Amino acid sequence: MIEAHGLVKRYGSTTAVNDLSFSVRPGTVTGFLGPNGAGKTTTMRLILGLDAPTRGSVTVGGRGYRDLPSPMREVGALLDARALHGGRRARDHLLCLAQSNGIARRRVDEVLSIVGLEDVARRRAKGFSQGMGQRLGIAAALLGDPAVLIFDEPVNGLDPDGIHWVRTLMRALAAEGRTVLVSSHLMSEMALTAGHLLVIGKGRLIADTSVEEFTRSSSRQSVHVRSPRAAELAARCRQAGATVRATDPGVIEITGMDSAEVGRLAAAHGIALSELIPVRASLEEAFMELTKDSVEYQATGVTR
Amino acid sequence: MTGATIASAGPDQRAAFRPATFPDVLRSEWTKLRSVRSTFWALTVTVVLGIGLGTAVSAAAAHGYARSSASSKLSWDPTGYSQTGVAIASLAIAVLGVLCIGSEYSSGMIRTSLTAVPKRGRVLAAKSLVLGSVTFVVGEATGFAAFFAGQALISGHAPTAALGDPGVARAVAGAGLYLTALAVLSVAAGTLLRHPAAAIACLMAVLLVLPGIAQALPDSWRNPVTEFWPTLAGGDLTSVHHAAHTLPPWDGFGVMCLFTAIVYAIALTLLNRRDA
Repeated sequence: MIEAHGLVKRYGSTTAVNDLSFSVRPGTVTGFLGPNGAGKTTTMRLILGLDAPTRGSVTVGGRGYRDLPSPMREVGALLDARALHGGRRARDHLLCLAQSNGIARRRVDEVLSIVGLEDVARRRAKGFSQGMGQRLGIAAALLGDPAVLIFDEPVNGLDPDGIHWVRTLMRALAAEGRTVLVSSHLMSEMALTAGHLLVIGKGRLIADTSVEEFTRSSSRQSVHVRSPRAAELAARCRQAGATVRATDPGVIEITGMDSAEVGRLAAAHGIALSELIPVRASLEEAFMELTKDSVEYQATGVTR
Repeated sequence: MTGATIASAGPDQRAAFRPATFPDVLRSEWTKLRSVRSTFWALTVTVVLGIGLGTAVSAAAAHGYARSSASSKLSWDPTGYSQTGVAIASLAIAVLGVLCIGSEYSSGMIRTSLTAVPKRGRVLAAKSLVLGSVTFVVGEATGFAAFFAGQALISGHAPTAALGDPGVARAVAGAGLYLTALAVLSVAAGTLLRHPAAAIACLMAVLLVLPGIAQALPDSWRNPVTEFWPTLAGGDLTSVHHAAHTLPPWDGFGVMCLFTAIVYAIALTLLNRRDA
C-alpha cells in the first residue's frame, strides 16, 4: 500500500508534482499513466525518498521510505536500468545490494534465474543489451521479495518477447497479493496489464479509476458517413442536435447520434449512403483526449 | 523463458526479516570496492610505485653518499629516502577515494545505492571505513616494505636507520596513517563535488599545486601557509626530523584529521539534504 497526501515537488520555478494525493492498493497492477514530463518519475523518486517533497508526504506500508528498517524487503524498485556501475559483474551488482539489506547470498542466484540472466551472471554490466539491463534491474527489485513493487517504464527498449515476459511478471506479482505500481506513457500497454489507473498530467492527478470504468466513461462513439450529399446530411444531423465534423470531401463524423439514427435520418430524406460505420474511440484516443491540456511539448500545425 | 515463480510464498507468507544494520552496509561496500577494476589498479600503483620509488631513491642516495658534502651528510635521512614513494602513492589513493563514490554519481549507481540504503549517512560512513581500512593495511605494508628494502640497499654504502631509532618507527608507520586520512578526505571530497574529474582536480590542487605556489611566496607568508596546509601538516608525521616552520608530527597529523573531519561533515550534510 502506497499513500500520498498533498504531494508537491518544485525544482526552482517549475512544479513537477502538484498536490498529488492517491493510494495504490495491493492485489492489482496499478498503471501510472501520463504523457512525457507529467511527473511520473518525480513521484516515484519521492516515494523512494530519493527526492524530498516540497510539501506533503508519501508513505509505504504506513511509513516514510527513509524510516523503513529494511527497505529492499518492503519495496522493490526499478527506476533506471542504467543506474549501475558498468564495470561490475551482474552477480556482484546484485550481491552488494543484497548484502546492504542483509539478504542471503543464495537469493542472488534465485533472482538471476527468475529473470533468465544466470548465464551472464559473471559478465560486466556495461556489455549488456538494453533488454538484459532491464532484466538485471528487475532482478534487483525482486531481491528482497518485497510486498510493494515500483517500476518506471519497464517495457522501454524490450523486444516483443521481453515485453510479454514483463507483462506476465507484473500480473503474477499482483496476483500474489503484492502492490504493483507501473508507469507508462502508453495507454495501450496499461490496458493489457493494469487493473487500476492513476492518470497524471502536468503534475496533477487527472483520473484515479479502474480500467473498465475508464474505458466505459471515456470511449465516445461516433459515426463515420460517406455520402455524395454529405453536406446536406450534416445540416440535417445538426438540426437533430448532433455534432458534425467534416473530414474529407463527402465524408463526415457525427457524434451524438448512433448509426441507426443516422441511417433513418438519411432514408427519410432520400440521401444515399456509401459508408455508414460506427466508430468507437480507442483507449489511446481517450487517453489523449483526457491529457491533451497537459501535454508538455505539443507539435502544432500538423493534422492527423 | 523462465516461468514467473517469484517466491515460493506470497508476500503474506514471507519469513520475518531483521532490520538492516550498519555491518550489512559495510559488507555491501566491501563487495562494491573489490568488484571494480579501478580498485585493483590504484592499489597496485600504490604498492609498486610506493616501494619501487623508495628503493630507487635510496639506492641513488647511498651511492652518492661518499662524494657528498659534510653538510648534506649531516642531514642524511635514510628513512626519508626509503619513504619517497609515499608521495606518489598518495595520488593513487586520492584517485581511488574519489572514484569509489564519484563513479556512483557518474554512472547513476548512487540512486540505486541510496534506494537500498536510504539512511545515507550509513553509506558514506561505510565507504569511508572500508576504504580507510583497506588503505591502512596496504599503506602500512607499503611503508614498511619500502623502509626495509631501502635500508637494505643503503646498507654498506652509508649509515642506515633502524626502527628502534628515535622517531623512525613513528615516521614509517605514519605513512599508512597519512594515506588513510587522505583516503577518507578523498571520499568526502568526491561526495561533496559529485563529479569525479572535478574532485580529482581539487585534490591534486590541494596535494601538489597549492603547496608549489606557496613555495613562491615570501617567507613571512609562506611559513604559516606550509605549516598549517592540511596535507603538508599531515605529512609531518612521516618525517623523522623536525624541520623549521613545521608542526610537531602528531600536531600536524591532527590538523589534517581535523580538516578531513570538517570536509566529511559538510559532505554528510549535503548528502542528506540534496536530492539524489
